[in-house]
Amino acid sequence: MTSAAVTARAGLFRRPTAKTGVWSWLTTVDHKRIGIMYGATAIAFFVIGGVEALFIRLQLARPNGTVLSAHQYNELFTMHGLTMIFLVVMPLGAAFFNYMMPIMIGARDVAFPRLNAFSYWVFLFGGIFLYSSFFMNQAPDGGWFGYAPLSVRLPGHGMTFYSLGLIILGISSTVAAVNFLTTIINMRAPGMSLMRMPVFVWMTFVVQFLLVFALPVLTVALFQMFFDRSLGTNFFSSANGTSDPVLWQHLFWLFGHPEVYVLILPAMGIVSEILPVFSRKPLFGYPVVVFSGIAIGFMGWGVWAHHMFAVGLGPVANTAFALSTMFIAVPTGVKIFNWMATMWGGSLRFTTPMLFAIGFIAMFTIGGLSGVTHALVPSDYQQTDTYYIVAHFHYVLFGGAIFGLFAGLYYWWPKITGKLLNERTGKLHFWLMIVGFNLTFAPFHILGLQGMVRRTYRYPSGYGFDFWNMISTIGAFTIAASMLVFFYNVYKSRKEGQIAGNDPWDARTLEWTITSPPPEHNFDEIPVVHALDDFWHRKYVEDKEGRIVPVPSGAQEAAPGHAAEAHGAGHGDGHRGIHMPSPSYMPLIAAIGMPLVGWGLAFRQWWLAIAGAIIVFGGLYAWAFEPAAEE
Amino acid sequence: MAHLNARRKRRAVLWIGLILLALAAAACASKAPQDTLKPVGPVARQENNLFTPVFWIAAGVFVLVEGGILYIVTRFRRRSDADQPVQIHGNKRLEILWTILPAALLAGIAIPVVLTIFDVAQKPVGSDVVHINLTAHQWWWQYEYTDFKDPKGQTIQTANELVIPTGRWVYLTMTSADVIHSYWVPKLSGKQDVIPGRITHLKLRSDVPGVFNGQCAEFCALSHANMRLKVIAQSPADFDAWVQNEIRPAAPPTDQIVMQRLQQTCFACHNVGGVPGNGGARVGPDLTHFASRTSFAGSMLEMTPANIALWLKDPPGIKPGVPIDLTGKEKYGTMMPNYHLSNDEIQALVAYLSSLK
Repeated sequence: MTSAAVTARAGLFRRPTAKTGVWSWLTTVDHKRIGIMYGATAIAFFVIGGVEALFIRLQLARPNGTVLSAHQYNELFTMHGLTMIFLVVMPLGAAFFNYMMPIMIGARDVAFPRLNAFSYWVFLFGGIFLYSSFFMNQAPDGGWFGYAPLSVRLPGHGMTFYSLGLIILGISSTVAAVNFLTTIINMRAPGMSLMRMPVFVWMTFVVQFLLVFALPVLTVALFQMFFDRSLGTNFFSSANGTSDPVLWQHLFWLFGHPEVYVLILPAMGIVSEILPVFSRKPLFGYPVVVFSGIAIGFMGWGVWAHHMFAVGLGPVANTAFALSTMFIAVPTGVKIFNWMATMWGGSLRFTTPMLFAIGFIAMFTIGGLSGVTHALVPSDYQQTDTYYIVAHFHYVLFGGAIFGLFAGLYYWWPKITGKLLNERTGKLHFWLMIVGFNLTFAPFHILGLQGMVRRTYRYPSGYGFDFWNMISTIGAFTIAASMLVFFYNVYKSRKEGQIAGNDPWDARTLEWTITSPPPEHNFDEIPVVHALDDFWHRKYVEDKEGRIVPVPSGAQEAAPGHAAEAHGAGHGDGHRGIHMPSPSYMPLIAAIGMPLVGWGLAFRQWWLAIAGAIIVFGGLYAWAFEPAAEE
Repeated sequence: MAHLNARRKRRAVLWIGLILLALAAAACASKAPQDTLKPVGPVARQENNLFTPVFWIAAGVFVLVEGGILYIVTRFRRRSDADQPVQIHGNKRLEILWTILPAALLAGIAIPVVLTIFDVAQKPVGSDVVHINLTAHQWWWQYEYTDFKDPKGQTIQTANELVIPTGRWVYLTMTSADVIHSYWVPKLSGKQDVIPGRITHLKLRSDVPGVFNGQCAEFCALSHANMRLKVIAQSPADFDAWVQNEIRPAAPPTDQIVMQRLQQTCFACHNVGGVPGNGGARVGPDLTHFASRTSFAGSMLEMTPANIALWLKDPPGIKPGVPIDLTGKEKYGTMMPNYHLSNDEIQALVAYLSSLK
């Protein structure tokens, strides 16, 4: 079939052409624009999840709080957890995978650009689906790990939204993971061998493997939960004694623990990029940092039952999981020492991204240490399900992941927007945030050890909880204030930000060789990579004592030319002949159908579910028959 | 500028240090009835004995890492843009060292951990072990003392407050009637989940008399926060007296209003041993010796006539709950509903309930 025939058949099959405006964003397949949309959406959800946290802290500021009802509280803490994990940290990571990873490996886009847009739209509609439950007063209220049989038996549609919403979000992440894996395996620039990939790309790579293998486990469990709830099956609900609620816990945490590394590894990758740049030293022990990340990815599969020590799996199982949990601390510790050694002897420049990166190491270490105390199984019988656990995972997910992601945001902001963020304001943001963070979460250690259980919508006075809860609430509002500073900074940068130029940080990796913001095709000439931190080695050489010496500017220009020469033989695409994938309506259309299916199933409106399914498959069908480019 | 940052950084770390100090100080908080760092029972003490040394090891690592970061950011801050630091790409020896050292340290920690895991899991044996069956409900605890029976062969049934003798092991055999709960008395022992369709065990012991607060630790919906409990350890003599009192039936009410209410309403869920028309229902807490307990309603209310009256007026208003039955359908029945009792009825019921010592 000729492309002309396809075009003639239906207007719908024509590729969109808008280059600017709303339509250009709705139909874009450019990995950079998709990355920006991921980031902006995640930040918006961060604000929503943060406001939920503020309500939680208001309720708990004083004993016997009356700000929220028990049911509202249960909805808010459940949605706070779901939001921060599935709608903030994961998509913020995805934003950087999308925007930076292809550029860092010297590619012009991801392997499947339309699939990439599809991932984003499914994520967005999954998030909207989950949040639509609030407007129907049916928000999930069974906790983010939705333990059966409670999650099966909770009345209303809340946990139905939970199961269907997470299935939709899982589709988004799985599709994206396949896309990124293919991209990293196949689309690296000439010379970009695996051991020349930036650590951030490596961590992206590991995370995608984790997602591809972990999400199906969750998806199966979620379907079973959905069947239990709406079709009366008995996978997890033990009414007749033939099913086992503990099965849900195994399935959930078999996903849930690798998921923890899905959340933290991108931040570790970002920090591994930032520290060398602002220390003017290469990453200390690059192979060890990479292999530690891989080791964490592998060992992350063997520790899930440490979430279940109090279930009563027996001393043998508890011993096995205690040991595996202790030993996952080893590669994590190695990374921390390697980061410190990277800074050692360097020339440290305390820019905002650097401060966030150092803050990441300092805070993540605390979370790691409290993590080791959880592996003392009998001691964990005391700690589990208390605020001590809540302290631990906020130190790794906020002190770790969020600090790391903010480091990345400040670091790559000038590349993405072309303008610098204000350093003074950025530092104010950092200090407010780290102080607020510690005020909020450090008291949780004390509260937990004093016996305050988590997920408690109120607590009586006389337990020694009053003072530290108040401190924590003050800290939470300090964090909120720091976010206002951040938004002010963004606003000012857009209005009157300093022009960044290609390489404002004197950085090391390929994204800094191109303009800020990068052109749609990223590279005029596909670069040829000769070393780890290739861009750095174009700018500097080491003398005999190992000190850096700048390369004279004339010689520096030679590198891209060299690349073109090597490249021209292979592909022969100069600036003008670069073919970029065309925009498409179809990813958006196919994704719109997903929440319709969800609403239809939740409320048993079969016509809506069928209509949604038709839209999904119609979109995918049209997608398959789209012409390759606008004619 | 860089200097200023270093100072700020120092100040921040000072803050963190202060917070950590406060953590240590919190161990000495005077009024913390659920403090895990002040164990009383042998199980809780064993658990704390693992935590304490590892806490100090972790504190050492904390000082090493955070102090190291502080030192590095002070000493190696950029002094000039012309700084030319030596490019070190790695050091195999160092890296092997900081892989093996933590691994060895953790292996050392693992030994007492594994020993304690098996020790804590060991079932107590001997003729003086007190056996108790526990059934968790949304949102209260049902206890059955299988070792003690009244003349008719009925076991002792009570709720929320577990009375135990000092110096003897208590072995709980636990299951749940609805969703997963977790039984936790911090000063005596860490938690054990209580799971529908499964049997789990927990051993408790206190060598001194006392009242130990606890609560459900696994999220179980609306009144999770109100699902509290007490363990009351009594001297063997006091405990025997308590047992003797528990196996005695209650005196039927003389007030006809009370009798009617009991038979028409209360007995659908509750049991008051010795009162005619009582069907031995176990849906709600056993009330035979209701007033011998110090608290009620999932141990959230102190046992006073005023509180009983408050409760009878509007139970769901005090303890929120839209409970769930086993079929997974909404059903507003297992949590005590508001019967809209008249003030006279409430007064009469309070008087009778208060007499059930």
